[in-house]
Amino acid sequence: MSAAQWRHAMNAGAGRLAMGRRAPAPAATVRVPGATPAERRYLSLLAHIKARHVVVLLFVLAYPMFATPFLTYQIGAQSLALGLIVLSLTFLGGSGGMISLAQMSVAGVAGYMLAIFGSSGEPAISFGWPWWVAATIAVVIAIAAGTAVGWLSVRTEGIYTIMITLAVGVAFYHLCLQNYSIFNGFQGFQRVYAPTILGINFRDPMPFYYLALGCALGGYFLVKYVLRSPFGIALEGIRNNARRMNALGFAVTAHRVAAYAFAALLAAIGGLLFTWYNGLITPNSVGTSWLINVLIIAILGGLRHPIGPFIGAIVFVLLQNFAIDLIDRERFNLVIGGVFLAIVLFSPDGLIGIWATVKSKLITQRGGKS
Amino acid sequence: MNGRKALVGALSIAVAGALSGAAFAQQPPIKIGLLATLEGPFAAGGADGMRGAELALKQKNGMAGGRQIVIIKASSDAKPDVAVNATRKLVEQDKVDIMVGPLSGGEGIAVKEYSKTQPTITFINGSSGAQATTLVDPSPNFFRFNTEGAQWMVGLGKATLAKGYKRAMVIAEDYAFPYSQVQGFMSEYCRLGGKVPVKAWVPLGGKDYSSVIARIPKDVDALVVVLGGADAVNFLNQYEAAGGDKPLVGGSITVSQDILNYKGKRRDSLVGTIAGAPIADAYDAPEFKAFVADYQKNYPVSAGGYPSPSLFALVYYINMKAALDGLDAVNGDLSGGQAKYREALAKMTLKTPVGDVKLDGNRQAIGTTFITEVVKDAQGNLFNKVLSKVDGVDQLLGMKKEDFKIGSRDEPSCP
Repeated sequence: MSAAQWRHAMNAGAGRLAMGRRAPAPAATVRVPGATPAERRYLSLLAHIKARHVVVLLFVLAYPMFATPFLTYQIGAQSLALGLIVLSLTFLGGSGGMISLAQMSVAGVAGYMLAIFGSSGEPAISFGWPWWVAATIAVVIAIAAGTAVGWLSVRTEGIYTIMITLAVGVAFYHLCLQNYSIFNGFQGFQRVYAPTILGINFRDPMPFYYLALGCALGGYFLVKYVLRSPFGIALEGIRNNARRMNALGFAVTAHRVAAYAFAALLAAIGGLLFTWYNGLITPNSVGTSWLINVLIIAILGGLRHPIGPFIGAIVFVLLQNFAIDLIDRERFNLVIGGVFLAIVLFSPDGLIGIWATVKSKLITQRGGKS
Repeated sequence: MNGRKALVGALSIAVAGALSGAAFAQQPPIKIGLLATLEGPFAAGGADGMRGAELALKQKNGMAGGRQIVIIKASSDAKPDVAVNATRKLVEQDKVDIMVGPLSGGEGIAVKEYSKTQPTITFINGSSGAQATTLVDPSPNFFRFNTEGAQWMVGLGKATLAKGYKRAMVIAEDYAFPYSQVQGFMSEYCRLGGKVPVKAWVPLGGKDYSSVIARIPKDVDALVVVLGGADAVNFLNQYEAAGGDKPLVGGSITVSQDILNYKGKRRDSLVGTIAGAPIADAYDAPEFKAFVADYQKNYPVSAGGYPSPSLFALVYYINMKAALDGLDAVNGDLSGGQAKYREALAKMTLKTPVGDVKLDGNRQAIGTTFITEVVKDAQGNLFNKVLSKVDGVDQLLGMKKEDFKIGSRDEPSCP
């Protein structure tokens, strides 16, 4: 065992303490005599669906029908796009025990590549290729970038991972800011618009909302699936005790790098959506404030469950938009900071932590009465 | 969606019919959205910009075109995406009729692009000064009643040569606003025979200027310094520590009050520094004096105002005044997608504290630029004296459209 692996093994406990333990999913098995295996699987899937899932799904699907275009686009679609980027961080942080601050940079790579290979307001730099070619290349390059970040940072643990990914993120910001031949410096790229497909203009609020919703749902269920797959379980094992997993014959570094690659896929798609949402990408989109904002949203929502990032993103976007209406215009950042502080103080697991606490209290009360 | 719209439409027609008699006398107030940076690097300037805009409304007792005016404010942090989000909230959520803002260049371009998606709302600039906003792909409903970065430097090239500085080095921040400032200076300076052998582009918010100072050639007569706020102070300190002694020529936000309050040993060497700007503290026209007095009365230093209105206050004041004067001209009539209002704005000759402003075909201001020089008064305080005034500066700087190229790192050039 190499020195680096020893260090993993010695430090593995820290990640578990920081992240909180993910309660193992209750193995809901439905036994129906005479059912074929396929039917049994279907029934066990159905048993997982609860009323709240249906309510949430119906709400997000029907949301643009009753919301104004502003609420659909700026609140709804922005939260979903942002949530997808944050989901990549909570996947890494919650399941892999690796807090990477470079996830916004990975999303930014996708956005920049979309602007460079697709069309933008800078025809001298942009290739002007069709959107789907540009988007595919952007996702591939972003995954490569995310994997490279992972490959660099899996050699470190805990606070050192945060530092090295922050360094990568800040370096990328300065590269974008000061490189003119590829990244167009301070100006970045304007007019990077969502495409029109089959007569549907995805710049319009409702189509863009459904595009973002589709991607967000896809990301959400993909993460749920991956967490239950052998890979996801091995990843959690590595988070909890890398040394033991190594002894069991798992390639610890390879699993971690693969987790970064998967997270990069989520961040890349989120990055494409976010770039289309803004219609532009500039160095500010990958600046330090955004690197930190992604972490803030993750903590707000909670790292335990893949719904956390989306809840965090909704609260974050609502605060950013409406805090100024609540209080004197020069003090509204105080509200944002105050809410953040209150959530972190009263619920270390974020907003989904509050939900979990309420639920467990209700259950114990009911249990006590009977 | 359509069903809902139709329902709302039917309801509003019914309500309008019921109230038509009484409602005519009491028209609802007109909402104006006001966007400036209350966060980030230009927070102080943004707050002063808001003061300027509010002053324009106060002078009209909160009324324009016979209707009451309500201002709804929003903030950004000088980032284009944040500015568009804030504008979208004002337009789509708060339903403003007219937008005034934003403050900085990149934001202006982004808000102009957004304005194309809202053809029934009129957008008037705040103080953003990027050339491309109105020169490249202009938007039919975006108006700018202030002159921009390049226009603010017209006349400075001539003044520099008159001081006997035949070769100059440019030190400027590396983004759109300084590009346009340098272009405004150099296009005139080069045409009249000046030479700029070296241009140093430094990152915004840079702290260390030693490498730039080391590159200053011995044979230049002056340094053209287009740096803002803390960057300018840092540069000056380090240049003094390095023993530099070249005279300076300043950009529009370089030789501001915080620079003049500079306490270093080289303080006296600032005397004689010339600069170009759309505002000059010591301009003695009665309109400008009245504006300054009004600003000081409404926003005394004890209440957070500046001793004298800043560039942002003046420019926001001008643009807000344009919005209100336009409403006066059409008697508050914003019907027909605000077509009449826009026509009035486009044709208007706006009276401002610094002279008359007219718009060109791209809805960009043609206005006045001041060349100022730092002098010492009897008490030993430094202030900007008006050296000369150039009227009717247009966005193409007097060039033909074919000859004009937007300023960049390499354009123009005369080594």
